[in-house]
Parts: sequence; structure tokens; C-alpha cells
Amino acid sequence: MYEALRVNGLGDPDRDRFVLSKGHAALGLYATLSIAGFLSPADLATFCGENSLVGTHPEVGLPGIDFSTGSLGQGLSMACGAALAARMQRSERRVFCLLSDAECNEGSVWEAAMFAAHHKLGHLMAIVDVNGQQALGLTRDVLDQSNPAERWRAFGWRVEEVDGHSLDELRMAIQNQEDQFGKPTVVLARTVIGKGVYFMEQGDSITQSHIPPNPVNWHYLPMSDREFQLAIQALGNASREEAFIA
Amino acid sequence: MRKAFIDSLCTLASKDDRICLLTADLGYMALEPFEKRFPNRFLNVGVAEQNMIGVATGMAEAGLLPFAYSISTFAALRPFEFIRNGPVLHRLPVRIVGMGMGFEYGHAGPTHYGIEDVGALRTMPGLQIIIPADGAQTATALHATAGSGPVYYSLGKDDKASVPGLNGRFEVGKLQIVRPGSSKTALISMGSVSVEAAAASYELAQSYGIDTRMAVLSSFNPDPIEDTVNFLEGVTQVITVEAQTISGGLGAFVGSVIAMFGLACRLWPIAIRVSPDGTSGSQMDRWKKYGMDRASILQAVLGLQEPGMTSPDLAALGAVHQPLTSDLVSKKW
Repeated sequence: MYEALRVNGLGDPDRDRFVLSKGHAALGLYATLSIAGFLSPADLATFCGENSLVGTHPEVGLPGIDFSTGSLGQGLSMACGAALAARMQRSERRVFCLLSDAECNEGSVWEAAMFAAHHKLGHLMAIVDVNGQQALGLTRDVLDQSNPAERWRAFGWRVEEVDGHSLDELRMAIQNQEDQFGKPTVVLARTVIGKGVYFMEQGDSITQSHIPPNPVNWHYLPMSDREFQLAIQALGNASREEAFIA
Repeated sequence: MRKAFIDSLCTLASKDDRICLLTADLGYMALEPFEKRFPNRFLNVGVAEQNMIGVATGMAEAGLLPFAYSISTFAALRPFEFIRNGPVLHRLPVRIVGMGMGFEYGHAGPTHYGIEDVGALRTMPGLQIIIPADGAQTATALHATAGSGPVYYSLGKDDKASVPGLNGRFEVGKLQIVRPGSSKTALISMGSVSVEAAAASYELAQSYGIDTRMAVLSSFNPDPIEDTVNFLEGVTQVITVEAQTISGGLGAFVGSVIAMFGLACRLWPIAIRVSPDGTSGSQMDRWKKYGMDRASILQAVLGLQEPGMTSPDLAALGAVHQPLTSDLVSKKW
């Protein structure tokens, strides 16, 4: 994601903006910012520490975070405002917003979706992490959102569907975003929670045997040292860095 | 206040091209002057208040200065969490304009009453709250807060009413004294109902020889704590008047000041004490119903002058404000 953004320093007002609307994925964003050099290893090490800016949701006080998030359904509206401001200020900057599929339960997402299409915010891209899973169950069981592509198209968006684990497909979708005739673009990125780590994909715990298998387990559970080792082994050194960049 | 608001905004916008005006599809016969003069900086976002605040946050991050307008409940309460996580947490200069303070949309019924906006938004210290009492003060307040962080304006529509003695004065975090007064009874009012408090104060002096001290509070966050302590010096009873529910606004603030500083002063808060029933009516009808028209205020002050009236009745505190009668007098807590 980060390599697709045009950021000539954080002080540049015309830098692309990124909104992590699914703020609970902040750890991935921190890793990315760290690799990009905006977040020092020392700062990263304060993750979940006391009086730390590096909490489980991103905070605007941190270098590289444009918008604080954590309450689902608010990021796309802010992204719309950022995109509208870019047009009013005749700036070339683009705006990217990463949402979760369960987040689309929130009505405000669709307020923003209507707004973006009506105002032809072609320089706005939403990426939806379609993992089919939400906090207490599968999205199809909790609040069915079958045919998300049709829904977004009906709201006036251009839709791209990609394998969310394929960096090439993601790259291509993001590069294709340029000049889309004023239509905002949504990339529906199909993903699997815990991809590449067999026990996580299955919702199993290796060392915490009192926890019954559940696909959502790894949305919540801390890893034991053993589980961390196994996960890193499963991902392998080569794919490890790639997983971070994604 | 509405015309004063839009005229002042046009003046400010002519000097500052960062200023934009968003509306959630309201403001007929009100916002047109801005739209005409600055068509590229005016946007009707549709009936979507949450999105309006989110959009305003994104615009402010980019250096713009957006005003977001709607009827006060829709501007303040519907997108409450967007205000909290947007302009307030990001410390961005978004201005939210809630129209119809108190019962100005009285005929529209309880969904349109602006009776919790100040109390609810006051819970966020990072959000300045401005509650002008009349049009002239609206204009001053808008100019005085043009450059700073997030602001909520609780405005009335009425452009004719004016509070005698206020003369358009406004300062952030200050109290405005509109009548010096020599008696030990004081009045503090907030918002458009201030005209009723001022009328009661005038009548008390003219017909009853009670020269009440009176001030208008129009700014929270920062709160006018020091001014309130000074204003209450030598005052033994203060009546607060607000078209807001009792728990969050003016009365609650003055009560906390009295308690914090151990002032020897009794508070009688005139505010809305019960959940609205389904009835509707004009603003004046609503003021009367909730005991905050000039006659009710006058009765409250007179009731407090009675020798035994030192402890308001707890049952009365839970009910609609009633004019104080002798059976309320000798009761103790």
C-alpha cells in the first residue's frame, strides 16, 4: 500500500492521504510506517506500552498518520472531505481509505459512498478488506452483504475485485485508479484472516487449548511465544517482508 | 441571530478564502447570501449529518475552515461521535452551527427541540461552545472565534430580539454583565431565552423594587469560572435561566462553581427538568410550559425573597418547574 502513495515528506501539503478506517489494523500500518522510516524501532517498541502514542488504533499525533480512527464507519467521510479539499485547492493529491467489510454495516459508510459518487471524487479510492468475518461471526450470518460489487456499483463507484493477498493485483488496481472519469474506485480485496498460518486460518489455537476453534479467535487472541514461532515459520522469511509491505 | 450569523460569515469569508459552508440540506431563506457570493465554497451535502462532520474534518485537515450547518439536534446530537472523533480529537478548526436553540422550532415538536446540545457538547473540553443571546452578540462572537480550533455555535433564528445592556459584547470564556444590580439576588441566563430573563429583571426593578444583578453566559470551554465567582460576590441567591435540560448546561455549571468555591449562595436553576411530552407550540408557549417565560422567572425570584425560602423542595426539582408557592417554603432537604 505504502509504495503506491506519493509522499514527498510529511510536511508536504500535496502528499497523498491515507485513512485507515478499519483502525484496528493499526499494527500493520505501524509496521509499514516503520519500514518506510517514519516510525523508529524505538517508537514501535512502545506498542501497547504506557503513555504511548502507538496503541491498537492509529493516532494522528504519530508521524505518518493523517487521521485518527478506531470507531468504524467514520474514515470514508473524512477521506471524502480530504478528496473534496484537494479539488477545491487544485491539488493533485489522491486519497486512499481502507475499510473492513463488516464496517460497511455502518450506515455512515453509505452516506459517504453516495457523497463521493455524487461529487465525482475520482481521486478517491476505497479498499475494502473482504475477509467475510466480523467480531462475533461470519458477515453472511451477522448482516449479509452478498454481492458487494453490485452494491458499490449501484452507489456509483467503479469496482475492482482482487485477491487481497496478491501484491501484483493490488498494485495494478491502485495504479489503475488514475483518471477514472470522476468515478471513485473501490477495490474489493478478498482475504483470509491469518492467511499463510495454517492454525490461524482455521481459527485454532496451538497452546491455548481451553479455547475452542473459532474463525474469529485470531481477531482477539494474543499469540503465545510458541504460536509466534510457528507463525513466523509458516510465513517463511521470504514472504515475511512481503506480508509486512502488503 | 440567523441573519447576523450569515452576514458575519459572508464578511469573514470575503477576507478568508479558507472559509466554506456545508449544510445538511437545511437553511432555506437563510444561507442563500453565502451561496450567492461564494458558490464554490458552499456545499449542500444532503441529509447526512454524520458524513457532513466527517467531510468537514477531512477538509479542515487540508487547511480549509469549514462551517457545518443544520438544526441543532441534527448538527450536535446525530453526529455526536463524529464530532468527538473528528474535529475534537484531531484539534481541527471545524465550526458546527446548530440552529434553533431551545424551542425555536417549537411547533415542529420534540424532535426539533434544541435542549441538550450545549450540555452534551460541553462534555468535550476541546470544543468551544458559543451560545449567543441575540443577533448583535452573534456577530461579535463569530468574529471573536474566527481563528481558533473546533467551535460549536448554538444559535437562534430570531433577529429582532435583543438583550438590553448586552450591546453585542462577547469574549471567549467571559461572562457579560448586563445589569449591575444592588440586591443580593442575581440572574444568569444563556441563549435566546435571555430576553425573558432581562424582561423579568426589568419588571422586578420597576414594580417590586428588587434590583437584580444580571449576567449573560455565552461561552463554555473555556468556562467563565473566574467571572462567575466575581459576579456572585455578595449574592445570596442566583437564578439561572436556560432553554436546556437541567443536567448539562448553565445551572449545572453555576452549581459547580458555587460548590467548588464554597460560595454562600443558593442556586435556583430554571431549566427543563422532564422529558418533553408529545405536545408542541410556539417558542413562547414552550417557555411558559417549562417555566422560563418572564412571568415564571419573576415568580421564581419573588418566591425566593420569602423569608423561609432557603431550601427548594426535592420533589419540585424533579418536576416541571413550577412557580414557587408558600407550601414549598418551610420544607427541608
